[in-house]
Amino acid sequence: MTSLLRLTNVRKSFGTHHVLQGIDLDVSKGEMVCLIGASGSGKSTLLRTINLLEPIDDGEIILDGVDISEPGLNPQPVRQKIGLVFQSFNLFPHMSAADNVMLAPSRVKGLRKTELEAPVSALFERFGLADRIGHFPDQLSGGQQQRVAIIRALAMQPEILLFDEITSALDPELVAEVLDVLRALRGEGMTMILATHEMGFARELADKVCFLDRGRILEAGPPAELFDAPKKERTRQFLSQVL
Amino acid sequence: MSEVIEAVASPGRRAVYEARLRKRSMRIAALSTMAVVVAIVVLVPLAPGWEAVKRSFFNGGVFTKTFPGLLNAFLLDIAIFAWSLPLIAIVGLLVAVCRDIQRPAFYPLRLFATIYTDVFRGLPVILVIYLVGFGVPGLGMPRPWNSPYIWGSLALILVYAAYVAEVIRSGIESIHKSQRSAALSLGLSPSDTMRYVILPQALRNVVPANMNLVVALQKDVALLSFVGPVEIFRQAGVYKSLFANFTPYVGAALIFLVITIPATRYADFLTHKRRRLEQ
Repeated sequence: MTSLLRLTNVRKSFGTHHVLQGIDLDVSKGEMVCLIGASGSGKSTLLRTINLLEPIDDGEIILDGVDISEPGLNPQPVRQKIGLVFQSFNLFPHMSAADNVMLAPSRVKGLRKTELEAPVSALFERFGLADRIGHFPDQLSGGQQQRVAIIRALAMQPEILLFDEITSALDPELVAEVLDVLRALRGEGMTMILATHEMGFARELADKVCFLDRGRILEAGPPAELFDAPKKERTRQFLSQVL
Repeated sequence: MSEVIEAVASPGRRAVYEARLRKRSMRIAALSTMAVVVAIVVLVPLAPGWEAVKRSFFNGGVFTKTFPGLLNAFLLDIAIFAWSLPLIAIVGLLVAVCRDIQRPAFYPLRLFATIYTDVFRGLPVILVIYLVGFGVPGLGMPRPWNSPYIWGSLALILVYAAYVAEVIRSGIESIHKSQRSAALSLGLSPSDTMRYVILPQALRNVVPANMNLVVALQKDVALLSFVGPVEIFRQAGVYKSLFANFTPYVGAALIFLVITIPATRYADFLTHKRRRLEQ
């Protein structure tokens, strides 16, 4: 498999707080990678650096053979290829679900609304939201909002999708409908990186699970290996607390 | 059977108690209001100067003679208000957005916007009207560019745009930064993010605050009378001298209130609605 995204020695500090202390990560096309670890271990920051929302202090992020972490690089074209879905959905509250999805394709790719209507309604249809397309975010349940947020990221046709604990803010009974969306995307071969606390889900679907601890990937491997036979004491400790 | 129905229909202990309480407080409110009104109606006319005040402030004859003229002059207030308001909105919005631009090339713009809002929010409105309204025409420009209408209005626009800019900026800052992250993560440019995501939400949040400025502007239009335009306040002054009577001022006050009270009420209504939405 070819490497789509490669991180080498990625470092990021906020003041004296070293959030990422040399991350190496290789993601192949069609792979699903899960990042697990305690709160504050650097999962969210790692995803935000890949989307270039946080510039890194040192190291390299290579996407499709291009160094996207080059200081001074215009982040906009890169971000079109890398979708990011947030824990708190972050839908635009003043726009309908459809307008949330269509804003970026129309402004960034210059597509006309008439061109977008068919593919966008197809996306809503596919994720069981056809009857919610004209609703505003505050008229939708958390699960529905998060699915719209995923559709919004998908509408830019990214090469890779990043998910930042997207089920953590949901009521327990709404988690399944969002995980089903991820399952469907997995089936279509979408390349994905998930920061997640859903260990069962990670074990079921991930190609690779990375355990982050204090800004480092302490241990990585196929889920069966990492969950059932963790090598590091710290990993064992963490897993015994969450499983 | 009839006993059961009765039990359901009769109000609970709490409701009975609250109804009694409500009646009692209504009685108290009515009594105290009556006491105050009676005191004013009875006591004020007992003041030694009441007859004179009545003659010079509440003179029916002068009122009927001057009121149509005052109404006519008020049209000028409305006109000044009407052409100033859109300009205030535009300048205020531009200044607010300038203060938010982070790019170094635009630093002078940001600096200028900051100084501008500091200066014009720090000066009394009347002082700006004097300085601009008398100062600029003093440059000896040809008609119509020496008109006090233009420069007086400009003074109002400068001051109010500074206030509006600050209100809008506070609105921009009130939008959570996750909204900006979400927009940027989709590949939107910073300016598109401002225009399509941040500003629409920010402007909606500050509608009540801006409505209060609109109400204040309606009243401050009268200050232009100090540099020349014969609007309602100035016209009332003319009538005062003509009839040696202050009633025209009371007439002018009434005309202002007819406009400003509904506007203030509307602003309050918007504020409450906003607050309810936020809960």
